[in-house]
Amino acid sequence: MMSRPMQPERSDQRPVVLSVRGVGRRYAGVVALAGVDLEIRGGEVLAIVGENGAGKSTLLKILSGVVQPSEGSVAVADASGALRELALDGVREATDAGIALVHQELNLAENLDVAGAIYLGREPSRFGFLDRARMRAESARWLARVGLDLDPGTLCGTLRIAQRQLVEIAKALSTESRILILDEPTSSLTTRETERLLEIMDELRRAGVAVVFVSHHLDEVMKIADRVVVLRDGRKTGELARGEYDRAAIERLMVGRDIARAERRAVAADAATRLEVHGLVTTHRRRVPASLAVRAGEIVGLAGLVGAGRTELLEAIAGLGASSGIVRLDGRALPAGASARVRAGVALVPEDRARNGLFLEDSVATNMSLAWIDRSSRARLVDARGERGMVERMVGRMQLRPAQPSRRVQTLSGGNQQKSVIGRWLAIHPAVLLLDEPTRGVDVGARAEIHAEVRRLAEQGSAVVFASSELEEVLMLADRILVMYEGVIAGELSAHEATEIAIMQLATGGGTPRAHPPTAQP
Amino acid sequence: MKKALGIIAIFLAIFVFASLYGENFLTGINLMQLTQRTALYAILALGAALVIVTGGIDLSIGSVVCLAGITTPWLLIEHEWSPWAVVPTVLAMSAGIGLFHGLLITRLKLQPFLVTLCGLLLYRGIARWMTGDQTQGFMGEHGDLRKLATGRFEIPGVENFLLPATVIPAAILAIVIGVFYSRTVWGRWLLATGRNESAARYSGIPTAGLVTISYVGCSLLAGFGGMLFIFDISSAQPSDFGNFYELYAIAAAVLGGCSLRGGEISVIGVIFGAATLQVLRTTIILVGLSSQLEFAVIGAVLLLGVAADEGVRRFLSRRLERSAAAVR
Repeated sequence: MMSRPMQPERSDQRPVVLSVRGVGRRYAGVVALAGVDLEIRGGEVLAIVGENGAGKSTLLKILSGVVQPSEGSVAVADASGALRELALDGVREATDAGIALVHQELNLAENLDVAGAIYLGREPSRFGFLDRARMRAESARWLARVGLDLDPGTLCGTLRIAQRQLVEIAKALSTESRILILDEPTSSLTTRETERLLEIMDELRRAGVAVVFVSHHLDEVMKIADRVVVLRDGRKTGELARGEYDRAAIERLMVGRDIARAERRAVAADAATRLEVHGLVTTHRRRVPASLAVRAGEIVGLAGLVGAGRTELLEAIAGLGASSGIVRLDGRALPAGASARVRAGVALVPEDRARNGLFLEDSVATNMSLAWIDRSSRARLVDARGERGMVERMVGRMQLRPAQPSRRVQTLSGGNQQKSVIGRWLAIHPAVLLLDEPTRGVDVGARAEIHAEVRRLAEQGSAVVFASSELEEVLMLADRILVMYEGVIAGELSAHEATEIAIMQLATGGGTPRAHPPTAQP
Repeated sequence: MKKALGIIAIFLAIFVFASLYGENFLTGINLMQLTQRTALYAILALGAALVIVTGGIDLSIGSVVCLAGITTPWLLIEHEWSPWAVVPTVLAMSAGIGLFHGLLITRLKLQPFLVTLCGLLLYRGIARWMTGDQTQGFMGEHGDLRKLATGRFEIPGVENFLLPATVIPAAILAIVIGVFYSRTVWGRWLLATGRNESAARYSGIPTAGLVTISYVGCSLLAGFGGMLFIFDISSAQPSDFGNFYELYAIAAAVLGGCSLRGGEISVIGVIFGAATLQVLRTTIILVGLSSQLEFAVIGAVLLLGVAADEGVRRFLSRRLERSAAAVR
């Protein structure tokens, strides 16, 4: 946990290094961004927040030369510090002007080593041969700069996501950039890794680099940002400096309304046990059997660090991957295999939705109806009319935007993609819904809507288990919290006794399983 | 249907070209022969499409055509089996070959390319060894059975053109396969499996079973096609019968809009793909090009078709990207 807020510094005296005036961008007549003014100063961290579709990505793309604005101007400070208007006609020009963008999707070539990845496309050479020694030495310097203790010869394919992220940042810094732009840099990092990244951003700020980042996590934003720019529907709705903003103010600017915090529900004490897991050995390397039980209407949160075995546990319950042990639904042992489990009503929303959840080239309708067509078919024939009706209702219920069933899932934002996966399962009203990182890369509004649907399913008597690396989400959604550490369920906390500190203690091996863990001071 | 438009345009272009410049192209006898051959190759191409949909491939189609085709007269004439025993035996053998491929691919996780490449060598070798590499034929017998392929039906009101009997099984198969993919749960699941096998598994789709069935279907159609081929030509040599047929089948399927990445099929497209290849072969001869150029011309046209397809795809995805960015 980061306890101290990061250096509140007055930044209005610092030199402006990048300035945009009235920039906008339309795509085929649709306005993605309009009339945005923005100044970025050296040595400050600027956060850009907004719901999906607010225009954040478009703005970042304009700042980094990936797309050109259809209106307005961009000016970049030259060596003397004078602002000069500049047409950023591509990433190359932006790089030359000292601007580097770290994409949300990490683009490291898996078969290259770290040094090769950092110097990809501009490898130092001697007499036409790769100067490997220099590449490695230089890389090591940049890796040290981002606090990554890694041999430059390591293959990128073996790196964890957090490490890749840092390699990308090292790569961006190695181009001598003065303006570093990060698109949702923490969306796949654990709490600890996020802390580390924020520290690095702080160090870069002290070194005079202008850091611009987009995030859905207001906690991080408030910890680090000197200024917060809020976008909504392609327009800037506000700009708040440190000291002026609080969570409610930012959220209001983002959605134009206050987000209602859900009331905590009480699970009926006499509710029957729906899901029962006995001695389940998962694919986690430690192979420690796990047991748990979830009652009807209960939402159980799995907390823990990445690698603690949460994904493995959820997948084993869903019948994916080799596992041994018993999974019971309403007292009856379930057969092995994912398709048998789905038929019995056990559904999993996977962590990596692009790889395991979605059929990206297919429509929302096709993605949503996959499980439903099986339930509703007669003689294995798809009930096409019923399918259309179901999809339309589900698109409405999940509040998909745009509400077009024929739209390719690929073209949707993260939140809407996730809603498509969840809609697939809600359509068959599962007895047990398992969700692995249900709102990763999902904006605030969509997150609230997803949480509401999960609660509604629980209220109708289903058992819900979800894993999340975000403590805030665990605390907000779960009735009961199981904390995993090194492949073992290390402890259990009820919603009212759980605090971030109590969870982190268990998650980092600092607690022994007991009924009443020490209540820590918030 | 949209996917089929490209190949239909190519087909029409070649057809018009052949009608204008090919001698005797628009004669009843030539059109009959074209229809006959298109129907036969379409059966193989539909089989190839079944596995291509799953993201796989079957290189053994030609060898299965050979083994099934050669076995039929071999059992009927040399071993004097009854046709009632021979046809089910040959079809069961073909399905067994597909099952073997499917299990190797889904259970042992071997690559489809490798499994069926070995099949290509294996079944050809077995056919040659089994028959002592001797030509197999019907010796003028079993005329009734052969009518399945050699039969011709009059179409009322049409002169100089009789409908080849092979059109009937080809059409039935096309309709069944078309309905299977568009209307049944299994078909929809197979399309999903081809798109993203992992996501399909996570969605509770029994991918291994469905993929195995696809390989069974492919080999079964290859075996059935092999039987019809030998009924049609009456005798064949184990050493060259069915050579390269897998490539005609795969080419027709790909021309017809089946992406080799899987997850896409257009039955109409596959049929027009098969027809295009046959018209092209005939055209080469009728316009007086050397028949030795046949493969070269087919290769060049295929390449053009695929390149054009990719071009269109890129154009569309660029447009898609723009509209996607607008949504963000």
